[in-house]
Order: sequence, then C-alpha cells, then structure tokens
Amino acid sequence: MIGNACVYALRFIVNMLEIKNLSFEVTADNGDKKNIINNLSLDIPDGKFIVITGPNGGGKSTLARLIMGIESPTSGQILYEGEDITGYDITQRAKKGISFAFQQPVRFKGITVYDLLKLAAGKELTINDACDYLSEVGLCARDYIKREVNSSLSGGEVKRIEIATVLARGTRLAIFDEPEAGIDLWSFQSLIKVFEKMRKKVNGSILIISHQERIMNIADEIVVVAGGQISKRGPKDEILPELLKASAAVTACDKLNS
Amino acid sequence: MVGQIEQHILEEVADLHKVPEGAYNIRANSKLAGRNTTANIDIISKEDGSGIDIKIKDGTVNESVHIPVVLSESGIKETVYNDFFVGEGCDIVIVAGCGIHNCGNQDSQHDGVHRFFIGKNSKVKYVEKHYGEGDGQGKRILNPVTEVTLDEGAIMEMEMVQIKGVDSTVRTTKCDLSKDASLVVRERLMTHGDQKATSEYEVKLNGDGSKVDLVSRSVARDSSVQVFDSRIEGNARCSGHSECDAIIMDNAKVLARPGLDAQNIDASLIHEAAIGKIAGDQIDKLMTLGLSREEAEEQIIKGFLK
Repeated sequence: MIGNACVYALRFIVNMLEIKNLSFEVTADNGDKKNIINNLSLDIPDGKFIVITGPNGGGKSTLARLIMGIESPTSGQILYEGEDITGYDITQRAKKGISFAFQQPVRFKGITVYDLLKLAAGKELTINDACDYLSEVGLCARDYIKREVNSSLSGGEVKRIEIATVLARGTRLAIFDEPEAGIDLWSFQSLIKVFEKMRKKVNGSILIISHQERIMNIADEIVVVAGGQISKRGPKDEILPELLKASAAVTACDKLNS
Repeated sequence: MVGQIEQHILEEVADLHKVPEGAYNIRANSKLAGRNTTANIDIISKEDGSGIDIKIKDGTVNESVHIPVVLSESGIKETVYNDFFVGEGCDIVIVAGCGIHNCGNQDSQHDGVHRFFIGKNSKVKYVEKHYGEGDGQGKRILNPVTEVTLDEGAIMEMEMVQIKGVDSTVRTTKCDLSKDASLVVRERLMTHGDQKATSEYEVKLNGDGSKVDLVSRSVARDSSVQVFDSRIEGNARCSGHSECDAIIMDNAKVLARPGLDAQNIDASLIHEAAIGKIAGDQIDKLMTLGLSREEAEEQIIKGFLK
C-alpha cells in the first residue's frame, strides 16, 4: 500500500509524457511507403516548457498529432503520466488532460466564440469568465463573445480564439502546433506575452511546435526533429545558440541550392 | 379548450404554454378551438369555410397574431387558406405553425396556403414551425404554400423551421417585391428516416431598390431526401442573395438547384451553395475539447441549425 504522499511524489518522478519507438508510415499514391516518424523516442518531464523545432516536413506536426491521437502510429507507444494511451482516441486523451491548438483552426457555422469556450471549459462559464480567456489572448472580449467562429473572422482572430480554448481547458499538458503561423507581427508580440504568462501559471507541461526564435527563447528545452527523428535535444541555452549559428552560416546561395 | 396532446403540440409549434396574448386563432382537428381579436386585428372565417382572413389596420405596431394548427386525429386531410391583409406602417409578428400527432394508421395531411398582402412601409416578422410526432403507421404530411406581396418599402422577415417528425413536405414560397421592399428568409430543416422534403422558392424583385436575402440550412440524415429549388428573378435595379448549405449524413440525398434570373442590367444576384458531410477536422477539434464523436456531431448540427 502506497500512501498518498508517495503517490504525489511519484508524479514528479514519472515523466508527464513518454514516447517510445514511435513510427508513422504513410503510403504515397504510387504505392511507395514513407516514414514520417521513424522510431522516435522522447520524454517530456513534468513542469517543463518545451519547444519542438526543425525543418519543414521533418515530422514535427505529425508528432504533435500522434500525441493528441488525431493520427494513429504504425508502431510504438505513448504513455501519459505512466499510463499507456496508445490505443485511446482523441476524446479519451482530452479527458486524461491533453489539450491541442491546431495549426489551422477549424471554423464552425453557427457556433459562437462563447459556445466554443464553454465546450472547452466543459462547464457553464459566465460571460466574465469567457471574457477573461479572450483578454488573455489579446481580443477585446465584448466584440467577439457573440461572434460565430465562421469565415467572417480573420486568420489571426481564429488563431487567438484557438489558443483561448486551450486556456479554458486548463489541462496538465498543452500542445500548440505552430501558434505563430498566420499571425501578423503586431499580434505576435502579444502571443509571446501569452506564452510567457502561461509558463508562469501552468501546473504541468507545455509543448510548442515553433520556428520562432522568440518562442524558443522562453523554453526550458528545445528538441530538434528532422527526418522523423530527434536530431538534437537539450537546454535552451545550449541548443538555441547552435541553431542561430547554423542558420547564419547558411548563405543566400546555399539556401537557393538546398 | 384543447387537450393534453394538443397542448404539447402547441408548445412545439408556437411556444405556447398558455393562451397567447393578442390576436389568435387556434385550429384543432379541422375545427376552431379558440379565437381572439383586438381593436386593430380582426380575424374572420371565410364564408365558404375554407379558412380565415386576418385584417390588420394601418399603423398597428407591437402586436402579434398566432394561428397554430393541430392535427391529433389520424386520417385528416385538409387544405386551409389563410389570407393576411396588413395595412400601411405596421410592425407586427405573426406566428404560424402546424403540428401533427399521428398514432393511427391513416395519413394526416395539412396543406396551409398563406397569402400575405403587406402595405407600404410595414414590417412583418413571420415565424412558421412544423412538427410531427406519434408512432402510428400513418404518414404526417405538410405542404405549406406561402405567397407574399410586398408593397413599397415593406419588409418581411420569414423564419421557417421544420426539425422533427414530418414525413413528407413540399414547401412552396412565392414573393413579389415592389420598390424598396425587402425580404429576409431563414429556413432550417432537418430530415430523418425516409422523410422527403422539398423547398421551392420563387422571388420576383420587381421594384427598384428591392432586395432579398434567402438563407437555407439543412441537415439530411438516414435515408431522407431533400430538394432545394430556388429562383430569384431580378426585374429592376435590385439585389438578391441566396445561400443554401446542407450537411449530408448516412445514406441521405440532397439536390440543390439554385437559379438566378437577371432581366435587368442593374440586377445584382448572388448565389452560394454547399453540400457536404460534417468536416472531419471539425469533429477532431471538438473531440480535443473532450466531446465524444457523437456529441461533437450533435453540437455541430445544433449550431448549424440555430
């Protein structure tokens, strides 16, 4: 029999997320098989802010979608707080405590921003509560609460609403797939603030897929994914300077040739 | 007075929990079950018994007329003509609705023909709900015909809802618009089982400055069949917009046949149409919020038909 105190302590020993030998294979139209994720293993400790970066097409977004259960792996295992969730669907993983902000948020005819935030919170929200989440992502709540999440909203607006739904869920693990994509420069400033604030408040871990130096700059750790595998991983202070040096060394001609 | 089944149907089609305020005419099983008139709104039975005339005086504002119809006996087949004569400068709400409770084996059918003659600068909001229930073999059939004539500067807003239990519907809506008249239509439709629903529109924009905005949203489930057929005719300097959006599920079939007919160089007509199943990423998103697949579908449909 383990006492409550021990269970509590165990929580900090067990990784929040463990990915073991994960592979994801797709079949192209011509029948060729391609490994998007190739025997990848990764541990995400509790209480960490981790940025996953790497070249386009390297498998970052696929990895995030595999963790949320939007895609199913060809082989391998995913453990959340020590529990094997590989066979769980999206709903089960969401209920366990994983949130996900899509790179390209979907739109809904007839569902309002307020409806969506209530669904995310999983309970009735007062207008004030809902407004707090919107203010956090830099939207003037009064203007948005009754708007439908349809094509009348700009890309930057739906993106911020998407992030607000993750805030409203308040889960232990939050995954953001390229939160900066589709956000203009002005909004980007406030986005950084959102993550800085979240980092201070969150009781759990944050996983962000990003190319942005300023987002990487607030990370505890950076993981570089390329060719479906982890090519580098380490503390921000170690990895970020390397990445910046590498990108500066690539001349314009190299970029054209690559 | 009306019985329990009739009361329940009245709640479904007209949100009536008690006797409505203002003018009303309640028709239950082909008989008059209640009527009230006001100083400004008169309701008169047609001499040949085929329906009623509703006469609304010039300048009547903030008043309402309820004319619900209930069929709770199996085997009724009726055609009713209701004519609305709305004076000038009015602002009123008209709530019509038909509910059928059919537990028997014979078909129940109500064909309501509503004609509206709306005077200059009057504003009418028209709400029509259709509802069917009962587990008998007999079919529940509703074939409403709505004809609207809008005089100069008149505005009509129509909200038409049929969500449950009607086996067969052919809805015909015809409108003629004069100078600066405006028509807004919001149609919501959901079909189940083997139901069939056809919705036909014929809108004629005859006067300069006239406009129409027609939006139909529908969900077709199981093996149901829907047909949307619209024709907007621009005969003057006018603007017309129609939009039909359908979610298709299971083995349902949806045919959308939108038509635009510009007869004048200054007619500006737009149509948007889309038919498709619920987008997978919409379901994925709601599942990431903790909803099951079924709950996600229900939320998407609920929002879509709101």
